[in-house]
Amino acid sequence: MERKIRVLVAKPGLDGHDRGAKVVARALRDSGMEVIYTGLHQTAEMIVNSALQEDVDVVGLSLLSGAHMTLFRDVTDLLKEKGMDDVLVVGGGIIPEEDVTPLKEAGIRGVFGPGTPLEDIIEFIKGNVKG
Amino acid sequence: MKDLAERAVNGDDRAVARLITHAENCHPDLYEAMRIIHRHGGRAQVIGITGVMGAGKSTLIAEIALEYRKRGKTVGIIAIDPTSPFTGGALLGDRIRMSRLTMDPGIFIRSMGTRGMLGGLTGAVYDVMEIMDASGKDVIIVETVGVGQAEVDIIKIADTTLVVLVPGLGDSIQTIKAGLMEIADIFVVNKADVPGIERTMAEIESMIDLGHRPGVRKTPVLATAAKECKGITELVDAIEEHREFIVGSGSLPDRRRKRYEAELVEIIRKRLMTMIFDEKVFREKVESLIGRIEGKETDPYSAAEEILDGLLK
Repeated sequence: MERKIRVLVAKPGLDGHDRGAKVVARALRDSGMEVIYTGLHQTAEMIVNSALQEDVDVVGLSLLSGAHMTLFRDVTDLLKEKGMDDVLVVGGGIIPEEDVTPLKEAGIRGVFGPGTPLEDIIEFIKGNVKG
Repeated sequence: MKDLAERAVNGDDRAVARLITHAENCHPDLYEAMRIIHRHGGRAQVIGITGVMGAGKSTLIAEIALEYRKRGKTVGIIAIDPTSPFTGGALLGDRIRMSRLTMDPGIFIRSMGTRGMLGGLTGAVYDVMEIMDASGKDVIIVETVGVGQAEVDIIKIADTTLVVLVPGLGDSIQTIKAGLMEIADIFVVNKADVPGIERTMAEIESMIDLGHRPGVRKTPVLATAAKECKGITELVDAIEEHREFIVGSGSLPDRRRKRYEAELVEIIRKRLMTMIFDEKVFREKVESLIGRIEGKETDPYSAAEEILDGLLK
């Protein structure tokens, strides 16, 4: 039985810079994953709804605006509410060092700042995805 | 598995989503669920949308879905994009154009990779259609990958097939007429706001006229500008007209039989391929036969014969 890792890559909020998200999406694709890219300006509800319909193993959030403490947590809260906390959530963008620990406590299990090698993200996902 | 099927039939989106994953991964127990699913299916209207890359298929589907919602129907969307033959990965981007549909509980969208299937579809598409159908979706829209000439499998599964073209293809319509141009129940020329629309419409119409016989339904050609929401009501009217036509002329059951035949072939193909190439006993036999072909001790046809004999025993 072939099992493929499915990842939803989403940009929550109003930030319109999606180059980073696209670079990561492409790298994940090239590592053999199925990547669903949702595009810009997604609300937490839209992201969780898409994740549900697509039955993804991973949700990858990208945000450069500084609103990650609110928006990333909205996503993990909503996933929990829907009983989908088995989905691995990772986030990237301009995230200050002091925010990393609170984000991890909120369920964003991987936090990747600028300059993270793409291999690190791929390995983290492959190593932490359920089953 | 059975429990998942029962929940899907009751319209539980999570169960629907999980079952689709099992179908995509060829889960060995899937058949238990599909037995239940099949009993509840067969109601939904299936619309296939195919056409050249960049024709605006995803945007058009979003508009068609919204129009069906206005008419009180629920909609399932299966959006297929190519899987890389080199890495097995895929970038599925159809949701970008369908963002507005995400929060509507009456719409369920699933993005799928082709996972090695040619023909513009994916191996699990039959299962996914049945699952969405059984979960209560009234209309199911299947979007194929952007196609060239040979990706015409969509007619095996759709009640109504839309071929989407854009202005500016010019003489290239001549080159694609052999495959893609033969399967349309409705032609849609999208991006009607782009210059050259009249010429493209005229070219398609004259091509249809050439092959048209009196007394036979003539394939309509419609212009849309999906991004501006133009021509969508007319298009959905045309889809409904076509549906009435196939119901009235008695060809709907034929189309359904063709779909079930294609589904049966696909299930058998999958099972046989798994049996021959994945199961240890057979795998060893296959390896040794390949060696013998290489050493000119046998030829590929005789080797295939030997494998099939082994299967039939």
